[in-house]
Amino acid sequence: MNKLKLIIGREFNAKVKNKSFIMMTFLSPLIMIGMMVLVVFLMKKNDQKIKEIVYVDNSGIFSKENFKDTETIKYQDYTKVGIEATKKKVEEGNHYGVLFIPKLDSLEVLAKSVEFYSKDTPGLNTIENIERNVNTHLRNLKMTKLGINLEKIAASRISSDIKMYNFSGEKSSKMINGMKIGVGSLAGYMLMMFVIIYGTSVMRSVIEEKTSRIIEVIVSSVKPFQLMMGKIIGNASAGLLQFFIWGVLLMIGSIAVSMFLGIDASKVFSQDVDIEQAAKMKELLGNKADIFLEIRKLPWMTLFFLFVFYFLGGYMLYSSLFAAIGAAVDNETDTQQFMMPIMAPLMLAVYVGAFTVINDPHGPIAVLFSHIPLTSPIVMLMRVPFGVPWWEVVISMTILIVTFLAVVWLAAKIYRVGILMYGKKPTYKDLWKWIRYNG
Amino acid sequence: MSNLLEINNVVKRYGDFTALNNVSIHIPKGSVFGLLGPNGAGKTSLIRIINQITMPDSGEVILDGEKLAPNHVEHIGYLPEERGLYKSMKVGEQALYLAQLKGLSKTEAKKRLKYWFDKFDISTWWDKKIEELSKGMAQKVQFIVTVLHEPKLLIFDEPFSGFDPINAQLIAQEILQLRDKGATIIFSTHRMESVEEMCDEIALIDKSNKILDGKLADIKRQFRTNTFQVGLNTDNPAEVQQKLKESFEVFPADFKLLNDGLTMNVKLTEGNSANDLLSFLTSKGQVQHFVELIPSANDIFIQAVNKNS
Repeated sequence: MNKLKLIIGREFNAKVKNKSFIMMTFLSPLIMIGMMVLVVFLMKKNDQKIKEIVYVDNSGIFSKENFKDTETIKYQDYTKVGIEATKKKVEEGNHYGVLFIPKLDSLEVLAKSVEFYSKDTPGLNTIENIERNVNTHLRNLKMTKLGINLEKIAASRISSDIKMYNFSGEKSSKMINGMKIGVGSLAGYMLMMFVIIYGTSVMRSVIEEKTSRIIEVIVSSVKPFQLMMGKIIGNASAGLLQFFIWGVLLMIGSIAVSMFLGIDASKVFSQDVDIEQAAKMKELLGNKADIFLEIRKLPWMTLFFLFVFYFLGGYMLYSSLFAAIGAAVDNETDTQQFMMPIMAPLMLAVYVGAFTVINDPHGPIAVLFSHIPLTSPIVMLMRVPFGVPWWEVVISMTILIVTFLAVVWLAAKIYRVGILMYGKKPTYKDLWKWIRYNG
Repeated sequence: MSNLLEINNVVKRYGDFTALNNVSIHIPKGSVFGLLGPNGAGKTSLIRIINQITMPDSGEVILDGEKLAPNHVEHIGYLPEERGLYKSMKVGEQALYLAQLKGLSKTEAKKRLKYWFDKFDISTWWDKKIEELSKGMAQKVQFIVTVLHEPKLLIFDEPFSGFDPINAQLIAQEILQLRDKGATIIFSTHRMESVEEMCDEIALIDKSNKILDGKLADIKRQFRTNTFQVGLNTDNPAEVQQKLKESFEVFPADFKLLNDGLTMNVKLTEGNSANDLLSFLTSKGQVQHFVELIPSANDIFIQAVNKNS
């Protein structure tokens, strides 16, 4: 036990005192923030460029009324100029693009025959705006034709917001669902990053001991298993320290940012192009208190506990595999072939999380993958904010622990033999042979 | 003298390959024991079993009367052939860490390190990183780390490689001093001259089998050929050789006498002694040189291994 402590201490120190650790801990949040600021800045910059769109309406059923300017799109009527001349002007770069509405009798046919010419392919937002304008007007015309009173339609518009409840009495709404997706995805994504960064760090540390040949001295003093576990735990501790520092920085940073951006925040939200989204955001800002109340209702304690558990469980499981890989090879370039099978389930977990859990957090695929040990840490973390029955969590945790023990046992066998093997790059067959060696 | 280490019928297999085939070796307390053998003979496998890095498939290892157990690592010091230290770790920090892994307390390790660093005059290296040291300097640090916990059993695998002659001499003296203080030393090397200088007993392993072991002097006696190097000043060399061949076996010799004269190797045959040869020679001329050819460790190594294959 004492020796294990010594090894953990050394691994922790070696990791934490390393310049790259210090850089990563303090610089990467700055880089992240910098990148976010840059993206927001560029988006703003990009949006500020006003697109002049001209339209040639040969049908004569549209007017300037139907094409309302937005902050980034300005419409102009060029019907009198004629389509060919306008096209030329667009081509010369005088306007962003030209919308051509032909003269046709049937509204249905007309709806399919509107054309848009521009030098660059327009962005999704631009084309959606144009389509919406055309669509709204044509639909209104059609409704009038069918004798439907437009004013009555407008008056009858009702916006509903279904309040969702589950049987443990938790109230939820679309908003809070979005929050849950956000919290779950963030946790799952961070777990994946942590596993990859610290797993490869364990692997590199094993390779270093092997290439510097100190390994033989160490294993004449301690059991290879102790060394491997010491490495895994030492690196995990360094990782937890890093997260702790980030947490503190995040708190300080978010307080500072909210103080600084407090006034600006509403503007950022209102610039959203999607009307539905924007409305939702306004609702959010209007009912700030409600939202905070709802956020507080998330099962934070459970979430925190499970986060730490799956964090450690997932990391330990993967890093013992990484340690075995490190032991099997002589240098980092040889690790490629063994890395793939480890990375694949990690990627799979994130994809399952991103596509399945978000749509149906309690569907069969989400449930299945939150029990398969190689994917369960990520997938279960993503599901947890939506409320997972406790027995499901217990089963998933048990499977994870049992698998971890089995994998560590296997990895230790590969590790024990691998650390003393030099030369030829081993094949999977060799690894299997090593597992079966005695003592 | 009792044995510090007894290796009894040890077998070690890796898959289909047998690395050690029923090897038994007994190492007396307080001796320098030469563990010899060609490359790939199984020496490293045996050393790893003694260090409990691997376990034997069958057989047992007894250290100082007790069956080898995990706590025994504190009584063993091992300097592997392939040296290595953490490159980016500071010398002092690293030495402390390795000493603590061998069961020393931090304060005790510090005290002893100070003694050894002063002795080797390397105190200024304490805060240097290993990667800043030369190979020989790092070897010195590694030697200190190996012996620091004052183990009963020291295993040196090619301890002189990487050292210049002066430092090699220094290390050799240290090793002999450690023996004089009561440590038992297993010494594995391919440098036969250092075997002659240092070893009391040897064992020779070839192709996973022990083919020879015992006191070096006994083994030499066993390998003696009763051949003498002879140098003689005589008027009639041809006649002397002719006569010699009647009772002895005569081979050409390859050495120089101070004065020119007849040189040859003469092997005693059944029924005659060194005295018979000497009295014959004195009757024929002036004896310049008369020495028994004692087989060197090198000769024994080559002969035994060739015979085994």
